Amino acid sequence: MWAHLKIELYKIFRRPRTYLAFAAITALIGVIQLGLLVDGKEYTSFVMADFTSSFAVDGKILNGYFICYVILQLLLVHVPLLIALIAADMISGEANMGTLRLLLTKPQSRTAIVTAKFLASVIYTLLLLIWIAVMGLFVSMLIFGTDDLFLMKSSYVVIVKESDVFWRYAGAFCFAALAMLTVTSLAFFLSFFAENSIGPIVATMSIIIVFTILSTMNIPIFNIIKPYLFTSHMITWKEFFDFKVNDANEAIVGSIQYPEKIIRSASILLIHIIGFAGTAILLFRKKDILS
Amino acid sequence: MMMQDIVKVDNLSKQFGHLTAVDDLSFSVKSGDVYGFLGQNGAGKSTSIRMLLTLITPTSGHIELFGYDLNTHRKEILQQIGAVIEKPDVYKYLSAYQNLKLFAKLSGVKPTHTLLMDQLEMVGLANRANDTVKTFSQGMKQRLGIAIALVHNPQLIILDEPTNGLDPQGIADIRNLILILSKEQKKTVIVSSHLLNEIEQIASRILIFDKGKKLVEGTAQELFNTAQTILQLDTTNNTQALEFLLQSKWANNLQPMRDGQLIIQLDKSDIPLLNKDLVANNIEVLLLQPRHSLEDYFLQITAGKQHVGTFKN
Repeated sequence: MWAHLKIELYKIFRRPRTYLAFAAITALIGVIQLGLLVDGKEYTSFVMADFTSSFAVDGKILNGYFICYVILQLLLVHVPLLIALIAADMISGEANMGTLRLLLTKPQSRTAIVTAKFLASVIYTLLLLIWIAVMGLFVSMLIFGTDDLFLMKSSYVVIVKESDVFWRYAGAFCFAALAMLTVTSLAFFLSFFAENSIGPIVATMSIIIVFTILSTMNIPIFNIIKPYLFTSHMITWKEFFDFKVNDANEAIVGSIQYPEKIIRSASILLIHIIGFAGTAILLFRKKDILS
Repeated sequence: MMMQDIVKVDNLSKQFGHLTAVDDLSFSVKSGDVYGFLGQNGAGKSTSIRMLLTLITPTSGHIELFGYDLNTHRKEILQQIGAVIEKPDVYKYLSAYQNLKLFAKLSGVKPTHTLLMDQLEMVGLANRANDTVKTFSQGMKQRLGIAIALVHNPQLIILDEPTNGLDPQGIADIRNLILILSKEQKKTVIVSSHLLNEIEQIASRILIFDKGKKLVEGTAQELFNTAQTILQLDTTNNTQALEFLLQSKWANNLQPMRDGQLIIQLDKSDIPLLNKDLVANNIEVLLLQPRHSLEDYFLQITAGKQHVGTFKN
């Protein structure tokens, strides 16, 4: 398996397309950081206009932690496309190139080949997220410094102590990884059915867009299916930034307000990952290669 | 000495929905054979080859290679097979050397630099080893495909339409390579083609397909050895000759026209009678020549009679 995985990773990282995603992430984050560096104060005063009229805010709101939160909110909507570019190409791209038939005439088990392909796209996804973490969190911390994390929620404000933030980001990125791996496994699953990568890429994005719309629309008929849509659970990483308070309404350091929400969402995403990837692997074992 | 059956196929069928791509196919290939699959496009050659390589699952039937059941010994069997299926598609963004190294690993071979360069040398690509495949011509890709097929020194080599898209020199090179593999290296080769002269020149045994079914199997010699002779007829007025033949007792002997020429099949003893009849009807015979080509035989058993008596424009 390790030998197969090395071959698949070698193929992924020999293709220029792979680096496009990393370049796109770098450019997107760079643009956000530059914008906030130049005009960040105006942005924060606009966002907090209602709040600052009643309260005096001390400290550096526009810090690295805050920038990373903004970046995560913006990027996790677009990263699925970059993931689909590679994951949706894993089987269909080889079918299109004609290399799939050559690959499967070699004395290797189909299960090992397809599992290695899936694991390679998992590694690619994780590397992309690590790159987002490096650029979005560490570079932002370097440029903007650190302080307490000040977040405006819909009906309340959250201030996370500087010393209590970093582990929350670690948890948020781990959860985001699970959310993005759901996209990876969906794209990989769809890749099984096509002989060029455009179809599965478009199909993956279409499913995510439709499910996201269904997840956000507050219509009773859709509310029934919402809990089962993986897109409803992809944004649960934000739960890491809500904490419990004590009787004096003070934040309990190291706590999460609704940990059960995170566990439930993570479980549903995990079921989707296993379902999509497992089905693709099972189907691939009996697939007739006609390309 | 009894030659060992390398490939043994029994009652193999493959259906895609309502379409029967391969219908109750049985054949065997002996060690050292150059076994030709011959048939028109869509006859079932590629589907049969893909079933031999486990790319397609048969609907029914049994395949045995090297004495093992393909279903239960897939990995062991594929270790002894090298194949080029239709187009020699490889990773275009990798170099010839990188492609060969990658597939050598997948074939279970330790890809030493010497081994890889020797293979590239053999197919004439050593000087392009480090160039990406996207800069290669079709012929070069085909040669790289063959190097990949041979890198693990397989006993059985399967080449599906290996000369597709090649220029005459490329076709000749592939033909020579097959003969070297068979005669010098004692490999068993299965080669499919819709080009009759290609198969005729290299195959020791031939299987002719049509519409998914085996029509006939044998050596080229056996296939030629028919009771009747196929003749090419040329006269001073072929239109008049055709009209006469269609209305005469020879009408049933007429074959589909090939390259605008009248073709007639009859017993050798009838040749003087035909000549006499034509002359008696004021048709001067310029040529009445036996044809000994697999093409005639192939067209005879696969083509309908719909072309009889029509000239090519």
